[in-house]
Amino acid sequence: MTGIGWWGVPLAVLAGAIRLSTPFLFVSLGECITEKSGRINLGLEGILVMGAMVGYAVSYRTGDPWVGVCAAGGAGFALGLLHGLVCSLPRVNDIAVGIGLMLLGTGLAFFLGKPYVQPEASMLPSLPLGAWSASPQVRTALGVNPLFVIGLALALALGWAFRHTRWGLVTRMVGDSSDAARAMGYRVPAVRTVATALGGFLAGVGGSSLSLYYPGSWTEGLSSGQGLMAVALVIFARWDPLRCFYAALLFGGASALGPALQSIGVSGGYYLFNAAPYVVTLGIMIATCSPRRTLVGAPGELSINR
Amino acid sequence: MNRHAFRAAAEAVALPVGALVGAMVLFGLFVAALNQNPLEVYALIYRGAFASAFSWQNTLARAAPLVLTALCVALPAQAGLMVIGGEGALVLGGLAAAVIGHLLAGAAPLGVEVAMALGAMAVGAAWIGLAGALRHYRGVNETISSLLLTYIAIAVFNHLVEGPLRDPASLNKPSTLPIGEASMLGHLPGLDVHWGLGFGVIFCVAMYLLVSRTTVGFALRVVGGNGRAARLAGLPVGGLVLAACGLGGAAAGLAGMVEVAAVHGTANASLIAGYGYGGILIAFIARQQPLAIVPVAVLVGGISASGGMLQRRLDLPDATVLVLQGVAFMVILASEALYGRLKIFRPAA
Repeated sequence: MTGIGWWGVPLAVLAGAIRLSTPFLFVSLGECITEKSGRINLGLEGILVMGAMVGYAVSYRTGDPWVGVCAAGGAGFALGLLHGLVCSLPRVNDIAVGIGLMLLGTGLAFFLGKPYVQPEASMLPSLPLGAWSASPQVRTALGVNPLFVIGLALALALGWAFRHTRWGLVTRMVGDSSDAARAMGYRVPAVRTVATALGGFLAGVGGSSLSLYYPGSWTEGLSSGQGLMAVALVIFARWDPLRCFYAALLFGGASALGPALQSIGVSGGYYLFNAAPYVVTLGIMIATCSPRRTLVGAPGELSINR
Repeated sequence: MNRHAFRAAAEAVALPVGALVGAMVLFGLFVAALNQNPLEVYALIYRGAFASAFSWQNTLARAAPLVLTALCVALPAQAGLMVIGGEGALVLGGLAAAVIGHLLAGAAPLGVEVAMALGAMAVGAAWIGLAGALRHYRGVNETISSLLLTYIAIAVFNHLVEGPLRDPASLNKPSTLPIGEASMLGHLPGLDVHWGLGFGVIFCVAMYLLVSRTTVGFALRVVGGNGRAARLAGLPVGGLVLAACGLGGAAAGLAGMVEVAAVHGTANASLIAGYGYGGILIAFIARQQPLAIVPVAVLVGGISASGGMLQRRLDLPDATVLVLQGVAFMVILASEALYGRLKIFRPAA
């Protein structure tokens, strides 16, 4: 940080926010789809780790990182489908199944991913958004993960789709009132299962963004709980895909603030900065909930509303 | 016991056992697909978990914190609350125990141990009690708030352990100052297992008696069954919710104290080992019954304990036992749908 001194901090936070927010963005969009349909999937953490492993392994085997991304999405889809199908059985608790899936996904990923800890897979290229600048720091900082851009486009598309497409409206109706959906002749469990599987697909892609973009690799300590945090993030974003994007940037920035301050010698309070988004989310929940009123924007069928 | 109760009890035992067998078949196919002999794998799991005094010791030591964190789910569940934040209460309870143990080092060991246990339980109770209070007074969902509180607890823990409370001598693994050999928890009489298991079993039995055999427990179950009816009957709903969360949090906090005072001797990142999440699954498989928690936790502890054996003998990754646990949890949770559906458990009309 010699060249630009203190300016390195906001730049590092911005770069870190963009870099670290990509997995947050995908898991939160996935969780958003699932929760819009009235279910909650706490297993995205397992799906994320599985996606990271599958993406890395397939990229290593085929040499094409994009094939890895697709395979990661496919693995996520399969695990999401499992959650959706199990939760469609009567009296099965979606939160417990989510925790079970977290264990299963991480276990499978560690088990099957053992041989891929050493080798180096081909990484996703970075988009040089900082090419205009002469400063090497700026150029490095603005080399953006292409999945980040895809995620942004996806957030916009999902926000539009929830409002303007038949599928979006059906998903929201199933999530807000299963009685209304049944009266209209839609099969509630089927819609929710599809929504959970699609959410799993996105979480799988989010996992591959962890392992397939610089400085990614596949290790067992890869995820720091981004999958579980997706639940907090979606509440923070009030179930709006575009706000999921802003929230992901904020959560990513908060994670980047600690290391950025450390690089200029401020090391205290590192962990407390990381926790800031959770304190804020909790604060929002406390401020906007009351015994008579639940969170604004929450799908009516969500078990956490009751 | 009349025939109806007997059938219900038989169902409650037979369904999870049947589901477990089903899960073992599924996992056996998985293992067979990887060119391992499933029977050999299961024989090794048995040997690693239950075949010798040493493996029993390993199994029970792993089961001890799980029993306590499962109570952190099962007790609030009696009042109809779904708390998933046991990990946070465990971590902060362990930190409190380490601080108290260090401050009182040199005092009578029994006194130090009691103070550590009480301190850890108080911190855990306050942490989960906070989630209960937010639920009761502000309508904030306790599942999400306890999850958020876990992240906050871990951040506070890391901050204190790597900052103000760090033992300067702990270089590679930041830890608090050790509580000292003298204050470490001893072994259960006649067993090579630390007292944590005893705490867990005693806590479970006490909670079983409280929930099933007292009017307070009955009131708690009324709140869980139908909150509106409980309010109309004049039950102190808020107090009962807070008590259930507080007791659950105290159990998880005690788990942290056990890990510090019987295993690590100091508070460090080893406390964040996922016991809180394991406890959630155990509570669900035990169908939130305090007494059923103990055997389920021993089984899960046994599967974890056999990981080393599988690694040494068959060169399977240590995550093998995670896969088995994951498959078993999913199948057993899915088997919940079968309650009341099977003819043999239905009383003849």
